[in-house]
Amino acid sequence: MANKVTAAKEFIKGLWDQNPVFKQVLGMCPVLAVTVSAENGIAMALATTFVLVFSSFVVSIIKNWIPSQVRIAAYILIIATFVTIVDLVMKAQFPALSKALGPFIPLIIVNCLILGRQEAFASKNSVGRAVLDALGMGTGFLIALFLLGATRELFGTGMILGFQIMPEVYEPWLIMILPAGAFLTLGLMMGFFNSYSEKKKAEERNTIVEKYRQAKRQAETKPLEAN
Amino acid sequence: MTTITANPSYKLEFASSPHVHSRWSTKRAMWMVVIALVPCMISAVLFYGFYQLLIMAVSVLFAVLTEAAVKYFRKREITIGDGSAVITGLLLALIVPPNFSLVFTALGAVVAIGLGKEIFGGLGFNIFNPALVGRAFLQAAFPVQITTWTVPNYAVEGVTSATPLAAFKFDKVGTEVSNMFFGNIGGSLGETSAIAVLIGGLFLVFAGVINYRVPLAMILGMVIFGGLFWLIDGTTFPDPIFQLTAGGFLFGTFFMATDWVSSPVTPKGMWIFGLGISLVLVMIRLFGGLPEGVMYAILFMNGFVPLINRYTRPTIFGEAK
Repeated sequence: MANKVTAAKEFIKGLWDQNPVFKQVLGMCPVLAVTVSAENGIAMALATTFVLVFSSFVVSIIKNWIPSQVRIAAYILIIATFVTIVDLVMKAQFPALSKALGPFIPLIIVNCLILGRQEAFASKNSVGRAVLDALGMGTGFLIALFLLGATRELFGTGMILGFQIMPEVYEPWLIMILPAGAFLTLGLMMGFFNSYSEKKKAEERNTIVEKYRQAKRQAETKPLEAN
Repeated sequence: MTTITANPSYKLEFASSPHVHSRWSTKRAMWMVVIALVPCMISAVLFYGFYQLLIMAVSVLFAVLTEAAVKYFRKREITIGDGSAVITGLLLALIVPPNFSLVFTALGAVVAIGLGKEIFGGLGFNIFNPALVGRAFLQAAFPVQITTWTVPNYAVEGVTSATPLAAFKFDKVGTEVSNMFFGNIGGSLGETSAIAVLIGGLFLVFAGVINYRVPLAMILGMVIFGGLFWLIDGTTFPDPIFQLTAGGFLFGTFFMATDWVSSPVTPKGMWIFGLGISLVLVMIRLFGGLPEGVMYAILFMNGFVPLINRYTRPTIFGEAK
């Protein structure tokens, strides 16, 4: 069944249709906690993507040898290995960033996005597809975290990625870099995007219904003509 | 064969009983509230100057514009005529500090209507009091500007710009009750003058716009819970008279907690709601980090209103307990 989906679609679905943040609402803890700035959002998303891709890779290789009773424990062990790598590399190379993200790097281990993809996808698909899926989901996560981080940074400090965007007279809204701002921004964004896709879906449905009605009308008029 | 065709010009409307006819309408009640707010508006201008009228105008204007814009984009009937947006704007203006920035006021009004009311579906669907949502947003967004109090016009020597609650909490300095009664103290626009709030509030109660239960429960609650701590330790805790007249308590009691939409509908529920607000408020004032907490106390209890309504539902006649 999975082979009907083209490889490109495995990647693309994570960007929008199944976006981990806006559509699947997974991994909310880092999404809300670290997106005070665009930079933090990008760093968090890249770290998560790294772990997601490599865990999916390993899980899909050894999927046939993992007894299903202990599969969750096995996944966690694999994920924890890569999280440890990320954590140590960040501490050595980017100490400031590592400090800013705090405990949320080690907490990637229990990010339900990663465990969810192992359970739902990597453990049932080939290595290539698992990696593509992980890359797509990671990129979708990156898009969402960047959007959130940039919006909050823009309103909360007047800057994006450290560049002054707002004019000097702009008074920063402190609430946007507080936890309340995270909930507000995420809620409004999710509502906006979902109302947009709902509208699109409704339009599609209407065109299908219209086509069906036309076909029915034609079918009804034909026998009359025959008489 | 006869054909029966429905004439579209005849419209049959169905509604379940009871069918009550009343001269009351949302519109009329809302304009009564505006009238009741006039004493507070006068006291604001009297103590802090004519600039305060500008704050009120901007707040009302942006509240109404936001409501109209949201209704327009959602392709709904534009309902600004019912006056509820005017009330929200006016209430918000009366709970910001004197000489507050007009830009921030406008932002607060947009948030109050947009995030406080329209996002839930408009009037009647909002869980929280819209004006307080706007104020809470401003408090979190601009914590410095919203706690910068102007010295009132008739300040006698020794009167500082700090609000009586802040003065008591941080410096253990009391304020004369007569000043607090007339409003010659630091505080938000409409809340400083106890007498002005009382005139407007009692007018609303006797005109039947608001129910007496919530204000009475809040005042009783303040006397009970505030008095309890005062009796335990009169030096560290303020007396109940001070608690009643200080800060936004009276204003919140009559104009915020009694909001038709975000307060309980059952009589028993109203008592629980009012006492609950006072209990939370006493906790915030005496043991919290902030000097004042009427806003948070009311918003907090607003969240419980659906639950209170559910548990205080009167039994149906003949129903076994």
